[in-house]
Amino acid sequence: MPCVEFRNIAKQYGRVTVLDELDLTVEDGEFLVLLGPSGCGKTTLLNLLAGLIETTAGTITIDGRDVTEADPKDRGLAMVFQSYALYPTKTVRGNLRFGLSSQKLDKAEVDRRVAWAAKLLQIEPLLDRKPGQLSGGQRQRVAIGRALVKNVGVFLFDEPLSNLDAKLRTEMRLEIKRLHNELHQTIVYVTHDQIEAMTMATRIAVMDGGVIQQIGTPDEIYETPANLFVAQFIGAPAMNMLKGTLKVAGDRVTAQLDEVGAELDLSGHAFASAPENGAPIVAGLRPEHFSVGQTAESEATSFALPVRYTEKTGGDATAFLNTKSDNGLLAVRVDPALVAALESGGDLAVSFPASRINLFDARSGQRM
Amino acid sequence: MTEIVASNPEVREFKSYPPKPRKLTGSSIAILVFLTMCAAFVAIPLYVIIVTSLKDMAQIRFGDIFSLPEVWTLEPWRVAWDEVCSGVTCEGVKIGFFNSIMILIPSLILSIGLSAVTGYALALWNVKWAGTFLFILFTAAFVPFQIIMIPLIIMSGIIKVYGTVWGVAIVHAVLAMPLLTLIFRNYYKDIPSEIMNAAIMDSGSFWKIFGEIILPMSGNIMIVVLILQITSIWNDFLIGLTFGGIGTKPMTVILANSVITSRGEVTYNVDMAAALLTAIPPLLIYFVLGKFFVQGITAGAIKG
Ligand SMILES: Nc1ncnc2c1ncn2[C@@H]1O[C@H](COP(=O)(O)OP(=O)(O)OP(=O)(O)O)[C@@H](O)[C@H]1O
Ligand SMILES: [Mg+2]
Repeated sequence: MPCVEFRNIAKQYGRVTVLDELDLTVEDGEFLVLLGPSGCGKTTLLNLLAGLIETTAGTITIDGRDVTEADPKDRGLAMVFQSYALYPTKTVRGNLRFGLSSQKLDKAEVDRRVAWAAKLLQIEPLLDRKPGQLSGGQRQRVAIGRALVKNVGVFLFDEPLSNLDAKLRTEMRLEIKRLHNELHQTIVYVTHDQIEAMTMATRIAVMDGGVIQQIGTPDEIYETPANLFVAQFIGAPAMNMLKGTLKVAGDRVTAQLDEVGAELDLSGHAFASAPENGAPIVAGLRPEHFSVGQTAESEATSFALPVRYTEKTGGDATAFLNTKSDNGLLAVRVDPALVAALESGGDLAVSFPASRINLFDARSGQRM
Repeated sequence: MTEIVASNPEVREFKSYPPKPRKLTGSSIAILVFLTMCAAFVAIPLYVIIVTSLKDMAQIRFGDIFSLPEVWTLEPWRVAWDEVCSGVTCEGVKIGFFNSIMILIPSLILSIGLSAVTGYALALWNVKWAGTFLFILFTAAFVPFQIIMIPLIIMSGIIKVYGTVWGVAIVHAVLAMPLLTLIFRNYYKDIPSEIMNAAIMDSGSFWKIFGEIILPMSGNIMIVVLILQITSIWNDFLIGLTFGGIGTKPMTVILANSVITSRGEVTYNVDMAAALLTAIPPLLIYFVLGKFFVQGITAGAIKG
């Protein structure tokens, strides 16, 4: 059953259109991550759902109920904010209690829920402190607690981890994931951090310029990006993008990639529509799908290019090769043990399996 | 290991450095001279008032206003407080003191309450025409009281508060509103919008959010506004004179009357003592709350 549904949503600020004709469905119990670069409208979408800003057009339903005009407190939502937004003059307990102030509950029930959330988040020793006396991670827990006590079906998170340091972020990521696994609430989670999206989401909606570019499981988004934007946005180092032109001769489809000086055999590629001779394309090659040296695989494309520099990040290493175009770089994931042997300027022979190629129409940017 | 020990500040030997020589530059001399002049401007008359209030009339008749009292006496203070005549009653300025307190408290509550809530609504809620309203308020802040005095008297007569403490309080609240509302609004604008959003989702109630979240965060600005208002209400003369009834004249009015009312010789020492008695309450407030006043003005944004 769909839990949250956006239909034909538009949002304008004066003459600026931030969102237009946007449709999105979030299923019950889903962990949906809205992922996109800064300024693409993620927060706007979340605030529309929360009722903190008004839609210009369109309808929003939660659990089948039209809430487009409903008051924020009546929408059955709880939200965790980027800056935590704890009430500075209230104690942790006071903050949690205030979270329940729109629900008419008796005192015993309020105390029971506060105790439950405090136990779940291990903030019991902090209950009588003020937010100013807490560390960033503790504040985040309290903010989550204030959302949890409401016992609602849908949780909204707006970049909740972006103010934390790297180690704490990893911990809190696991914590939120654990809560989702235990409580099974629907979560809509906004971030611009793809690691967060990849590790936590059951589905990711990639946004750019107010438009949802692709929505799918983390694997789908990573393996089969729907367009050039998604392909380039997801993955670090980013996918290599090589321009070329299609050559169709009977059954045989090839593409000449001038930047690396190699010909790609695309006969086995599952094209979405019949390939057209002379069409400009972009071939996307993920750095980790390269293998160093020649492979026995007949489908693979091989070429050799000079190394510009290498980068080692702990267990991973990436070699950046000069392409034939000006200043072009090709990232190739290599075995860290090999790095010492690679010298700047020397050629590195690599090959790429045809099955892993992502092919895009250079004109529309769509996957072929 | 040794390096870790060395980097611990408590283990390190304490070195004392010679104090840096202070330079007296041209600009600092200019500032000092200017400040001294400013201080003298207030301090010299104040000195004269204080010493005069402690002299007896015998010495005052000689006319040297700067000399110290030959006989120190508190008698003028007692007379001013208890016996001096204002019009036909001779009960001292203490009547005015109690009247002023009676005016001060409702005026403070009304003016600060009204302005704080209006500022809160304008800063943190979507109020239609908020911009226009602010502009009108801003303009109103520049209208002199004398211009609207007569219509205000008529209006307060219509709502039957003319000549009562409440009449004075309402006029104080109305006149203070433009400036105070702007002060509160600018202060509340700095409250992070996420806190307000969280409160709207948690409670959604205008009054509950004001009472439980916003008011407790307003300590600094409340002190500033409190000092401003206590000073201006206490020192007010015109509103008290025109709107107060017979029994509700504030201390300033009683003071003026008692200085004017003279039988025979002018008792400068009693007049000075009465003036000082009238000026003491706002001064006291400055001494007690002055530290917070400076903090409140500079604090501005409230950090979560
Ligand atoms: N009140 C406003 N008036 C005008 N434009 C606005 C307003 N609020 C947001 N915008 C614009 O809407 C766009 C989307 O903003 P939004 O806050 O949703 O971005 P975001 O995806 O959350 O970005 P970030 O990752 O930086 O938080 C931005 O281009 C922003 O400039
Ligand atoms: Mg945002």
